[in-house]
Amino acid sequence: MFQKVMSAGLWGIDGFLVSVEADIHDGLPGFAMTGNLSQETKEAQERVRVALKNGELSLPPKKITVNLSPADVRKDGTAYDLAVAAAVLGASGLIQAEELKGAMLIGELGLDGRVKPVRGVLSLVCAAREGKLTRCFLPRENALEGSMVEGVEIVPVESLKELVAILRGEQGAKRLEQDPLLFFKEQEKPYEVDFSELNGQPLLRRATEVAVAGRHNILYIGPAGAGKTMAAKRIPTIMPLMSREESIRTSKIYSVCGLLPADAPLLTRRPFRSPHHTITATALAGGGTVPKPGEISLASGGVLFLDELPEFSGKAIEILRQPLEDRAVTVSRLYGSYTFPADTMVAAAMNPCPCGFYPDRRRCTCTSWQIKRYIGKISRPILDRIDITVEASPVTFADSRGQGANESSAKIRERVHKVQQLQRERFAGKGILSNGEMRAKEIEQYCRLKGPEEAYLEQVYQKMELSVRGCHKILKVARTIADLDGKEEIGQSHLYEAVGYRSLEEKYW
Amino acid sequence: MGREEPDRGPACREIADPGEAAADERHKKKREREREILYWLLQVPSLGPVTIGKMRRYAGDITALYNIEGTQWRELGLLKEGQASCWDQAKKNIRKIMEEYHSLDDRGIRFITILDEDYPDRLKVLADAPIGLYVKGRLPKEERPTLAIIGSRNATRYGLEVARCFGRELAREGVQIVSGLAAGIDGAGHQGALEGRGRTFGVLGCGINICYPRENYLLYEKMLAEGGILSEYPLGEPPQAKNFPIRNRIISGLSDGILVVEAREKSGSLITVGSGLEQGKGIFAIPGRITDPGSAGCDRLIQEGAALVSSPGDILEELGVKCEKKLTIREKNEKGLAKREKMVYSFIDLQPKHLDEIVSQSGLPLSECMMILLDLELKGFVVRTGGNHYEKKL
Repeated sequence: MFQKVMSAGLWGIDGFLVSVEADIHDGLPGFAMTGNLSQETKEAQERVRVALKNGELSLPPKKITVNLSPADVRKDGTAYDLAVAAAVLGASGLIQAEELKGAMLIGELGLDGRVKPVRGVLSLVCAAREGKLTRCFLPRENALEGSMVEGVEIVPVESLKELVAILRGEQGAKRLEQDPLLFFKEQEKPYEVDFSELNGQPLLRRATEVAVAGRHNILYIGPAGAGKTMAAKRIPTIMPLMSREESIRTSKIYSVCGLLPADAPLLTRRPFRSPHHTITATALAGGGTVPKPGEISLASGGVLFLDELPEFSGKAIEILRQPLEDRAVTVSRLYGSYTFPADTMVAAAMNPCPCGFYPDRRRCTCTSWQIKRYIGKISRPILDRIDITVEASPVTFADSRGQGANESSAKIRERVHKVQQLQRERFAGKGILSNGEMRAKEIEQYCRLKGPEEAYLEQVYQKMELSVRGCHKILKVARTIADLDGKEEIGQSHLYEAVGYRSLEEKYW
Repeated sequence: MGREEPDRGPACREIADPGEAAADERHKKKREREREILYWLLQVPSLGPVTIGKMRRYAGDITALYNIEGTQWRELGLLKEGQASCWDQAKKNIRKIMEEYHSLDDRGIRFITILDEDYPDRLKVLADAPIGLYVKGRLPKEERPTLAIIGSRNATRYGLEVARCFGRELAREGVQIVSGLAAGIDGAGHQGALEGRGRTFGVLGCGINICYPRENYLLYEKMLAEGGILSEYPLGEPPQAKNFPIRNRIISGLSDGILVVEAREKSGSLITVGSGLEQGKGIFAIPGRITDPGSAGCDRLIQEGAALVSSPGDILEELGVKCEKKLTIREKNEKGLAKREKMVYSFIDLQPKHLDEIVSQSGLPLSECMMILLDLELKGFVVRTGGNHYEKKL
């Protein structure tokens, strides 16, 4: 007899439907599995056989063949166990096949018949919805995560025995009640950090707001303890709240990496990733034999913070170039290529010199050669992708004691949200979302200057020996500042402020 | 200049037949031979000018000096064991050394010994005068007033600016500027002199074919055209720390006065000042703020009697150069500035100050402050150092 059951596999961070076909026919007793399977997937036959035996279900002594289709796509992982078991049971007539229609089964089996959690459930259930399946049998631990996808009925199962009982109609399926408001309830909880905790540093605050509003990448320079890391950590708190779709997009990545916390089915906060500077290029961009997303993908929708930028290996930094441009990373392997999202804002921090006190020559003892070498370690191309450079001022005692009330994240977020909305409307249908992503064509169109401003920019261009790219960066930032100001045209003050955020002197490279 | 047999050495050449016409020729040949030996002597490691002086006095004649073996020097107590073996080793290398000597012309390097007429008189009088100098470009003119501008390698922007201004103004008045072609004040002094279209000379602490520090390469090239570069070290000598204090005596020796722009309490510049004092040169110092460790050395010098210098005119007077103009270095005249600009400018210092500080002191909004500062920057009143620090420009 033949039985087909639906399951799903992972390809990068997306799920794809896999139909598990089982056939039981006369012949020498045996269990064969086909369909381009990895070692751990193939081992499902042993797990299934023993789990069935321990569940007091004995398979007939016949030839059993299981095929996972599409058979030419590489499959790995153990999420197919439950589907294989169900298919075999169906083929042997031990359960009623009607119950399996329109259903997807996912889960790893223990030898005792327990159903164990797997990675990437969010992506798998999304694939089920896209494949018009209506029901999903999931391990209990993954059920909450799966329930975040609307339109699919989630049935948590704890053991193979329970599944059989449900499929035989002996026991009603206890479907998981979905709480459509759960996501928003979670989101309302305040962040642990807030911008009001950052005292002083008006320039740093302002530059951060401009950067987030226009999604410009930002570089903080300053002595140790000036608040660079503190400001960067608070960037997610002033970004607009995540929409449900955005959250699912980012949560998928975490789900595939097995990084979703058990009690939080979706990420409700924008991620803040701060990899150590010893990170390898692969860990940053993604890779491995079975490619997994790297830090830049995990920061998708949020912030990738590179502390001590000059200490990162040149190779690791260079690899960021293409993803920052395309907002996606493509990793190619023998089996095919995988694309991970990399839609992140980069914030970087560095000391102005090895000792951290430059340009205060009273305290800085670095030679000009040391400073030059330190700053020269940052690759020029990555600096070209950073629109805003800002220097933190040394902290005064009054600042450190927290005199005066500071603006809270919520207030800044409101302004940022408004400006981002404006940009979305402006760039509708252009394939970009923000001022930071503008290319030469859009800059030409949206960053027009009037006579005096144009003349001023020319003066700056010549006096400060800017490059064309540097000029574009100033224009992009000026656009965002004008947006924050609610002005249609870029005015003098906007342009002036943008010039103040220009990059370090080119003499270092 | 003929080639000699390698095993016989330069000193063993036959002297040409005597004769009236040949006397001059003979003298020339002898001088050439002496030059060769002096060149060879410079290639012997660990031989200083003082030891060489003693050897010369012992041997009486430079040509005779070459023929004395290392062991004999050791017995005389003039050389130590290690030095003696260096001596013998160098003798074995004579062929290579002579090849190098004869290739100097092609490489655009002049070799001037203490015996030559064009050897600077200012150096000749030194007790430890270098016995030979490698020169690229010109030598300083004897009759022209000459000033050394020296100071810290890690100078503030203010210090660099001052050194540059002094170099420029003095060079305009015909003063030759000598320094060590190092990073910081030295380089700024040279740079200023070039801007003033004057002559400037660099004394290196390494072989003359090595440009150190590398970032001064452009300066090095320019100075070859507009001045000269000198070194007493053999070709290829790396820039070792021990060389620099020794070459400092040449810097002070070549100059009539020494201007110290920024020096810490323990600074290499003070070594130059020390040898300058021994040589009886005038010492000038730019005063610093009393709290500034970068100028502590200068302030100490003034305490000890160095001339406090506040304008290039002060130095010209001391050097006896007549000058009609009044040469002063002042902050920019703020007459042309708008009211707000004047206000912001008054909060800017000669030390780098962060934008946040300027904003809180002036009480202006951040964006307006940025606007004014950029205007001032474009007008040349302030300069941005590092990221968002600003300081006054001179």
